[in-house]
Amino acid sequence: MAVKAITPDYKGEVLDKFENFHGNQVVYVGWDHHMMFCAPFAYPVPPEMTFETLRSEVMTEAFSLHPEYAQIDWDKASWMLDGDAFTPQADVALKDQGVGHKSVLRFSTPDLKGYQGAGV
Amino acid sequence: MAAKKLNIKDKYRLLTRDLDWEYSYSDRKEAFPYEDFEGIKITDWSKWEDPFRLTMDTYWKYQAEKEKKLYAIFDAFAQNNAHMNVSDPRYVNALKIFLTGVSPLEYQAYQGFAHTGRQFGGVGARVACQMQAIDELRHVQTQIHAMSHFNKFFDGFQEYSHMHDRVWYLSVPKSFFNDARAAGPFEFMIAIGFSFEYVLTNLLFVPFMSGAAHNGDMATVTFGFSAQSDEARHMTLGLEVIKFLLEQHEDNVPIVQKWIDKWFWRGSRLLTIVSMMMDYMLPNKVMSWKEAWEVYFEEAGGALFKDLARYGIKMPKYADVIEKEKEHISHQAWWTFYTHGHAAGFHTWIPTDEELDWLSEKYPETFDKYYRPRWELAKEMEAKGERFYTKALPQLCTTCQIPMLFTEMDDPTQTAYRDSVYNGERYHFCSDGCKDIFDDEPEKFVQSWLPVHQIFQGNCGGPDVGDVLSDFYHMNLGADNMDMKGSPDDLRWKQWKGVA
Amino acid sequence: MSKVYIALQDNDESRYIVEAIEEDNPDVTVIHMPAMIRIENEGRLSIRRETVEEKMGRDWDVQELHINLITLGGNVEEDDDELSLHWNE
Repeated sequence: MAVKAITPDYKGEVLDKFENFHGNQVVYVGWDHHMMFCAPFAYPVPPEMTFETLRSEVMTEAFSLHPEYAQIDWDKASWMLDGDAFTPQADVALKDQGVGHKSVLRFSTPDLKGYQGAGV
Repeated sequence: MAAKKLNIKDKYRLLTRDLDWEYSYSDRKEAFPYEDFEGIKITDWSKWEDPFRLTMDTYWKYQAEKEKKLYAIFDAFAQNNAHMNVSDPRYVNALKIFLTGVSPLEYQAYQGFAHTGRQFGGVGARVACQMQAIDELRHVQTQIHAMSHFNKFFDGFQEYSHMHDRVWYLSVPKSFFNDARAAGPFEFMIAIGFSFEYVLTNLLFVPFMSGAAHNGDMATVTFGFSAQSDEARHMTLGLEVIKFLLEQHEDNVPIVQKWIDKWFWRGSRLLTIVSMMMDYMLPNKVMSWKEAWEVYFEEAGGALFKDLARYGIKMPKYADVIEKEKEHISHQAWWTFYTHGHAAGFHTWIPTDEELDWLSEKYPETFDKYYRPRWELAKEMEAKGERFYTKALPQLCTTCQIPMLFTEMDDPTQTAYRDSVYNGERYHFCSDGCKDIFDDEPEKFVQSWLPVHQIFQGNCGGPDVGDVLSDFYHMNLGADNMDMKGSPDDLRWKQWKGVA
Repeated sequence: MSKVYIALQDNDESRYIVEAIEEDNPDVTVIHMPAMIRIENEGRLSIRRETVEEKMGRDWDVQELHINLITLGGNVEEDDDELSLHWNE
């Protein structure tokens, strides 16, 4: 049973379905072992946006406050998409490489240990 | 001969049990339609016992006495401008969280107990729930009265009720109670009457209130302890409910265990905000969050579960994770609010050097290693005139609605990610505990009103975050939010005290 | 055996109640904190009307305890003569 309810076959309204975001999809992005940002960020972006645009334009404003952000060698960064290893294609639309509504993208930069080497 | 005074037991029987009646022309099941659908089996309501045996006449007598004492203190507090006696104006920000985040829960508890009391077939439980409903109403009223004094002198108190319904971090306590109230009456009692009242409210109303006293806030400690004197009765009601359900039928045991697992997890998530109030917002320290947790959760809760073991009840699931979290959550929470200080309805700040040292001393295993560096970074940025405010919105947990700020407890520099796919939609969680709760009742939690998503959907005004904060949340930007340093609260305080 | 506990507001009435508790339960631990007094004991703790009356020098109803009570832990038993807390295990 998907809910214990007094109403038989109760169904809840899905508040966060794609149709409610006026053409955008939500994509979450987190930087592993960098806790300066207390949580992954949530971005409403068009599914047609390329990965490169997400990375170089959308992400920059918030992530670039980190003292190590400018040092990232993006060719060496590794990515995960919804829990699996992922090799992003820079010029391909998000939706065409499996980055869907409410997908989580995580990137890790093992050479960069965070502020004071403390994972911050 | 004068009539003999009734003893407590006889009086309780006459004024409680004898208030019940038989249903001669109506179907009992129609009178109590909510009693069956959760699967709980009650064979004999007469086995219910209220250990305090408080009858309505005695209830009014003692409540009236408590109120008289309380309001005498409120009057004295106001007449003597006692807000000037608080240890440090930063402390007042904890009260802003209390009024916007906690007091409205008292009102929700009133509504919940009024509804639940109506739905129980047993008269003992009905009367106890009725008293608790009235208590909860008293709590919200006394809290608003007490804090109305602070509203005259400090920012951030003026729109507490409006804010409770809208502001991003206040969706956490609001949705917690909505979840409990949308459940059946027995789950509500295990959620609020047992898990919340018996173990968790103690952590807010006992050590935090003792902290209020230690920081010179006579009004708050008094409403806190006055409320908690009712809670002692609520706690025994919660314990009675659980023993009663477990004794009524063995089929109730796994249902009750599942609710305990759910609500202890939800409760410990909710208390994250209290952890940071204890560790970061009380300038004069009483005890650390970790110490309070050990006394009121581990020791008191441990004794309780040992006592319930004979019914086949086990410690709540993830108790081992909860034990590790006491080292981390206050630091992770205050960092979240500090970095979102532009979007909070209260002020945030970098702890002083003395406070950082106190945290190192209280958290020798974790603070210097994981959390002090965050504050070093914040200090460095502030010194450059770039006080750190996060520039994008955070991902939230679908169940507890808290930003995904919690780390893996065995790897405290790594955000914990969990997710589930239900009917083709992906949902995200901060922990196994929150994921389990969703997976068990997805049709309930697909309805989560997640503030960040609501902003993206255009349901909270905008287009900018500033517009959402001022127009939709009713925050006075530049007064209610941002850093304590240089805030109108800070400047007024210095003026009153005659310091530059 | 686990500890039962009771916390009372630190005021004039409570001080007599605490004295009575200490007399009737010689092994209790009394902890003073800002604005409150916490009393704990292994397994069991009783608050007896007669002893409290003797300390206060006036009649005292066991249910008056509610006025100064902050919190407690343990199974509660209450009658006209005493309020007790206990754990079964």
